[in-house]
Amino acid sequence: MSPGDAPLAGYGDQLVAGLLLTLEVALCSYAIGSLFGVLGAAAKLSRWRTLRLGAGLYTTLVRALPELLLVLLAFYLIAARIEHVGVVVTPFAVAVTALGFIQGAYITEVLRAAVLAIPRGQREAAEALNLHPLTYLCRIVAPQALRHALGGLGNIWLNATKDASLISVLGIFADVLKVSALAAAATKRYVFFYAVAGVCFLAITLVSTALLDRLRRHLGRAYVT
Amino acid sequence: MSFSWDFLLRAALPQLLGAVPITMTLTLLSASGSALLGVPLALALGAAAPWKRWPAEAYALLMRGTPMLVQIYMIYYGLGSLIPREWMRHTWASPVLRDAFWYGLVALTLNETAYVAVILKAGFDAIPRGQREAASALGMSRTSTLTRILLPQALGVVFPMLANEFILLLKSTVLVSTITIFDVLGTANNIRFETLRVDEPLVGAACVYVVLVGVVTLICRPIERRLGRHLRHP
Repeated sequence: MSPGDAPLAGYGDQLVAGLLLTLEVALCSYAIGSLFGVLGAAAKLSRWRTLRLGAGLYTTLVRALPELLLVLLAFYLIAARIEHVGVVVTPFAVAVTALGFIQGAYITEVLRAAVLAIPRGQREAAEALNLHPLTYLCRIVAPQALRHALGGLGNIWLNATKDASLISVLGIFADVLKVSALAAAATKRYVFFYAVAGVCFLAITLVSTALLDRLRRHLGRAYVT
Repeated sequence: MSFSWDFLLRAALPQLLGAVPITMTLTLLSASGSALLGVPLALALGAAAPWKRWPAEAYALLMRGTPMLVQIYMIYYGLGSLIPREWMRHTWASPVLRDAFWYGLVALTLNETAYVAVILKAGFDAIPRGQREAASALGMSRTSTLTRILLPQALGVVFPMLANEFILLLKSTVLVSTITIFDVLGTANNIRFETLRVDEPLVGAACVYVVLVGVVTLICRPIERRLGRHLRHP
């Protein structure tokens, strides 16, 4: 049997590599997004007006702009400007930073709400006990806020895996959707190869949902009634 | 090439604004379509009978678990490749079948229906079960229970979520620019390829989307306040 007769028409290896690239983009962009999100939430909850306004502008603008347009802006405007100065940036770095910047805006809102959900009395109690502010943040705020935020953070992760497909539009990444599109065009089996791409993303979603569910139960174990 | 305000204001923006009707038509038509299809899907999602619930859940999972871009390609290239070539040439339907716009519209509507249905189901769940029982005890038909008891209350509860979803829909219409539809982003890309100027069309498109989202937000806020007025404590 020649490679052309096999169900995947010899594209199996490329599809696996593409799936790994998509996962890598999703994971890296989510990590960067978490960083932006923590900084954004800290700025939104800070006592300095300038920081609050800056973070407000960040979340409002990013949430008003289409994701694909932001990715294009990052590649053609910002990365081009940076390259002009003489700094070399890889397309991968630009893509994950742009996607992370988008997710960061949503993570900012989720984390802000989660921190605000912690009763004010706990802060006063921590002050009364003379806890160091950092100890208060790490041992009182973070564990509780994380539990509140898990639902929202999980949704943003699911979006991150789907938004990773946007890089296929740029034409410089062989992610799972781009490989599927190439295979579909070459073999004229459009339905089949786009279904393969869909199944890959669906599998990521299903595995993520199962893991998130376990995590939710783990973080909520102190609250079982 | 440096950024030219003159090119942005004189050449790019007029063309981009000319594409706003395409973006808004896509958004409004798919929003209406998904509102209509979302109601029965939401009822099926909340149904007790597994033969109603399982297909609805499978549909919602499929649409919400895969990227919109994959769905758009699947409908434009996948479905498009299944339609016989002769139909595209000499039948009454050929103008529709040849125009990417309708494929984009179908993809957006099918995707949005799943999201709207999940939101509406949450709204239906928020209505106490006793109200449905009371309606059926009074002999109300299922249609009038839906239109006079369930929908008005559910809409009041979930309107903020639907408004948010509408903005997400407006933003996701840009994905149809990948299948040769000249919406605002598609037009911006076209200007890029024709004039080889990159900055101005993209910045112009960004401004157009920010304004569109701002306008939608301003329209939705008073409606939100009015629909939710019975929920506020004085």
